[in-house]
Amino acid sequence: MLGYLLRRILAAVPVMGVVALFVFLLLRLTPGDPAAILAGDNATPEQLDRIRTSLGLNEPIYIQFYTWVAKLLHGDLGVSLISNKPILEMIGPRLEPSISVALATIVLSILVAVPLGVIAAWKHGTWIDRCVMGLSVLGFSVPVFVIGYVLIQVFAIDLRWVPVQGFKSISAGFGPFFERIILPTCTLSFIYVALIARMTRASMLDVLGEDYVRTARAKGIGETGVLLRHALRNAAVPVITVIGSGFALLISGVVVTESVFNLPGIGRLTVDAVLARDYPVIQAMILLTSGIYVAVNLLIDLAYTLLDPRIRY
Amino acid sequence: MTTTSSSNVVLDINNLVVGLGRKADAHRIIDDLSLQVREGETLCLVGESGSGKSVTSLTTMGLLQKGTLVPSGGSVKLVGEELLTATDRRLRQLRATRMAMIFQEPMTALNPVVPVGRQIDEVLRAHTDLDSRARRRKILAMMEHVRLPDVERIFSSYPHRLSGGQRQRIMIAMALVLEPKLLIADEPTTALDVTTQKQILTLIRDLQRDHGTAVLFITHDMGVVAEIADRVAVMRHGRLVETGQLQDVLRNPTMEYTRNLLSAVPSLVPRAPRPETKEPVVLEANELSKVYRERSLYGKAREVAAASNVTLTLRKGRTLGIVGESGSGKSTVARCIVRLIDPTSGGVRLVGREISDLSRRLLQPHRQKIQIIFQDPYRSLNPRVTVGESIAEGPVNYGMPRKDALARARELLELVHLPPDAISRYPHQFSGGQRQRIAIARALALDPDVLVADEAVSALDVSVQAQVLNLLDEIQRRLGIALLFITHDLRVAAQICDDVAVMQRGRVVEQGPAAEVLTNPQQAYTRALLEAAPGRGWDFANFRPVSEGIVATA
Repeated sequence: MLGYLLRRILAAVPVMGVVALFVFLLLRLTPGDPAAILAGDNATPEQLDRIRTSLGLNEPIYIQFYTWVAKLLHGDLGVSLISNKPILEMIGPRLEPSISVALATIVLSILVAVPLGVIAAWKHGTWIDRCVMGLSVLGFSVPVFVIGYVLIQVFAIDLRWVPVQGFKSISAGFGPFFERIILPTCTLSFIYVALIARMTRASMLDVLGEDYVRTARAKGIGETGVLLRHALRNAAVPVITVIGSGFALLISGVVVTESVFNLPGIGRLTVDAVLARDYPVIQAMILLTSGIYVAVNLLIDLAYTLLDPRIRY
Repeated sequence: MTTTSSSNVVLDINNLVVGLGRKADAHRIIDDLSLQVREGETLCLVGESGSGKSVTSLTTMGLLQKGTLVPSGGSVKLVGEELLTATDRRLRQLRATRMAMIFQEPMTALNPVVPVGRQIDEVLRAHTDLDSRARRRKILAMMEHVRLPDVERIFSSYPHRLSGGQRQRIMIAMALVLEPKLLIADEPTTALDVTTQKQILTLIRDLQRDHGTAVLFITHDMGVVAEIADRVAVMRHGRLVETGQLQDVLRNPTMEYTRNLLSAVPSLVPRAPRPETKEPVVLEANELSKVYRERSLYGKAREVAAASNVTLTLRKGRTLGIVGESGSGKSTVARCIVRLIDPTSGGVRLVGREISDLSRRLLQPHRQKIQIIFQDPYRSLNPRVTVGESIAEGPVNYGMPRKDALARARELLELVHLPPDAISRYPHQFSGGQRQRIAIARALALDPDVLVADEAVSALDVSVQAQVLNLLDEIQRRLGIALLFITHDLRVAAQICDDVAVMQRGRVVEQGPAAEVLTNPQQAYTRALLEAAPGRGWDFANFRPVSEGIVATA
C-alpha cells in the first residue's frame, strides 16, 4: 500500500512538470516582449530593462526555466505586478474561504446526492425516480450565478435568515462563519448534486441487476442491508470517479460563486488577476488549481483500492 | 439411486400460473404447473432455455422481479405454508432458514467486495442470535463440511481469490448453514468444469443424504440429471410435459417432446470413424507456444505459459477437436492459429504458407482462408448492423462489390437454413441458434479453407446444438472445409471430430483419432475427463444404459 502511494506520488511529478512548463511558456510564448507585457503600456525603457534583468529574461530560455522552477520549489511564487506583494502572501489568507466552501460543498453534495440516487434507483421508474431525475436536469441547466442570486433574494433579502455576502473566519466563531458560507455552499452544490445523483442512480441500477444482489436477497437480508451493504459499495467506484472529475467543475464554480457572494477567496483573486493581466499571479493560480486537481485524483485512486479489493496496487 | 418412500412433501406447487405483467390476459410464463418435492428427494427440473425452470424457482423463493413477472394463480406451499400470499417479511424469514438457493454463476453470485466468510456470516446475523465467536465456529465447520481446504484463510478471502469450484462450495455452505428443508439449485454446475462438476454433484448428494434436504435441481443437462435425480420433471413453454422416476423417464419417455430432448443428447460413444483421407494438409501448428508475462514494477516478471509446444495437423474436409477444461489453453491455441493474438514461438502453416511471423498487413490476404466462430452468439454479432451487412462486410473488405457481396450473403443464409429476408433484419430479432447460424454464414462468406469453432455450440440448448452440429457437418461435406473444433464437451467432440487433441495446462497430453482417444484413452488425464463426464453410463438417444447397448450389439 505504501509502495503504491509512493509510486502514485512519483507519477504525479511529470504531470506537474508539464503543467509548470506550460505555465512558464504561457508568458514567454505570448507574442511580444514579456517585459513589455508585464510592465504595461506606459512603461519607460528603464523600467523595461529592470524587469528584464529581474526576471532573467536576458538568459537562455532553459536557464530561465531552471531558475524559475528552483524558485518554485523553494516556495517562491514571485511577486504580483499590481500590488508588488509576494504572491504566496496574497494566496495565504484567501485559502480559508475557498477551501471552506469547496469542502462544505463536497460533503453536502454527497450527503444529499448519494441517498437521492440510491432511492431513485431502488424506486426505478416511479414518480420518485422521475422527480430526482427532473431535479438533476434542473441542477445542470441553471447557471450557478442564477441560483446564487435566487438564493440571496429568498434567504438573505426576503427572509433575512443570513447575511447577503461577505466572509468571517471560523476563528471568529462557528455561527458567523457558518451563516456566511451556507448560501455559497448551497449554490455550488446544485450542479454537483445533479451530477453525483445521476451517476449514483445509473451505477446502482447496474449493480441491482447483478447476481450477488439476488444472492443477498435469497439469504433473507432486509432491503436496507441489500441496498447499502451489497449494492452501494459495488456501485461506489464510478460515483467516486465522478466526484473526482467533478472537482474541475467545482473549481470553476468557486470563481463564479465567490464573485456573487463577495467572498475574499482564491477564485476572486484569479478573476482580479486575469482582469489586471497580473501574469505572475495567474501563473501561480494555474499551478495551484492543477496541483489540487492532481492531488484529488490521487485520493480518488486510493479510494478505489479501499473500495474494491480486486483493484491491485 | 434410491427412491424415497417418505411422503413428507416439502415443496408443493399446485396449478401455478405466472404471467408477464399484472393484466388478466397477460402472457403466461408458467402455465398450470404442479409438482412436489419430498424430504430427502432430488427432483430434477429439466427443459430448454425459456421453458420456465428458473421462473419456477424464483417464484418459490419470492425473488421474481416485482411488477414484471406476477404469480396470478395456483399455490406454492413450503412445508404446508403458502408462499404466494406470504408477506415480504415472512418470506425473508423463510429464506436461508427453510428454503435456500444456489445459482448458476459462482463467479458473479458472490459480492466481490466482501470477504466470503462475512457473506456467510450475514445469513447467521440475519436469522440467529448467536454471538460472533459461535457464528465463526459454525461457519468454519460448515466450510469444512463442504470440503473447502484451509478454511481459516478462505474465510477472510475475497471471492476473486477463489476458483469457480471453491466459490460454488461457499454458495452451498451459505445455503445450507441453517439446514433449510428445501434447497433449490439452479444450474449450479453448468459454469464449472466436468471434474469440478462431479465433485459438486457428489457434495450436494452427500449433504442431502446427511440432512434429508429436499432438492429442486434445475438443469438443462441430461447427463447431470442421470447423475443426481430421483425423479424428473420435464418442462416446456411453462408447462409440465412429463414427470416420473428417473429410470422411467430415461427408459420409457411417454411424451414426444421428452423423446426428442433425449434423442438430441450427443452420445459419448464416438461416431463411426470416417475413412482416412489423402487430402492435402490445410493447417499445421508447429510447437506453438504462447507465454504471457506479468510485469511487475520491480523487474521480476512472472511468466504464464498459456500454451506450450502445441503441434496439430488438419487435412481438408476433416474435423480436429481440441478438448480440455477451462484454462487448459484451448482458446489460446485457436486464437494464435487465427492470429487474433500473436504466438510467442512456433509456427502456423495455413494452406502451405507460414503465417505466424507475417506482419498484420502481410497477413491480411491470408485472413480470408481461416475464419472463426465464437461461443456467444449474443455478443459476437454487432447489434446495430443488419445481418446482411455483417455477412457482406468481409467480402467487401476483400474487394467484392457490395451488390455481389449481398447476393452472396443471401445464398449463405439459405445454406444455413435461414429465410432470405433475414438479410435486412438485426441480430436481436433472432434466437440463439439462429444467431449462431448467422455467425457461421458470416465466417463462410470469405470461402475459408479452415473454419475454427471456439465453443460454438456450448451456449445452445441440446436440440438447437444438434441442429447446428448437423449444419456444420453438412457444410463440411458440401464445401470440403476443414474444421478446428474447440470444446469442453466430450459428447459434442465424440459426435463431430475425426481426431481429437486433449489439452491440459497449455499442453497437448493426448492426441489421435476420436474413436481411439475417447474409447481407449492412454493418459490418466483423459481417463479422468471421461470418467467425470456426467451421465456417462447412459445412452440417452437409445433410452438405455450404455452397458445394455454393448450387450445388445455384442
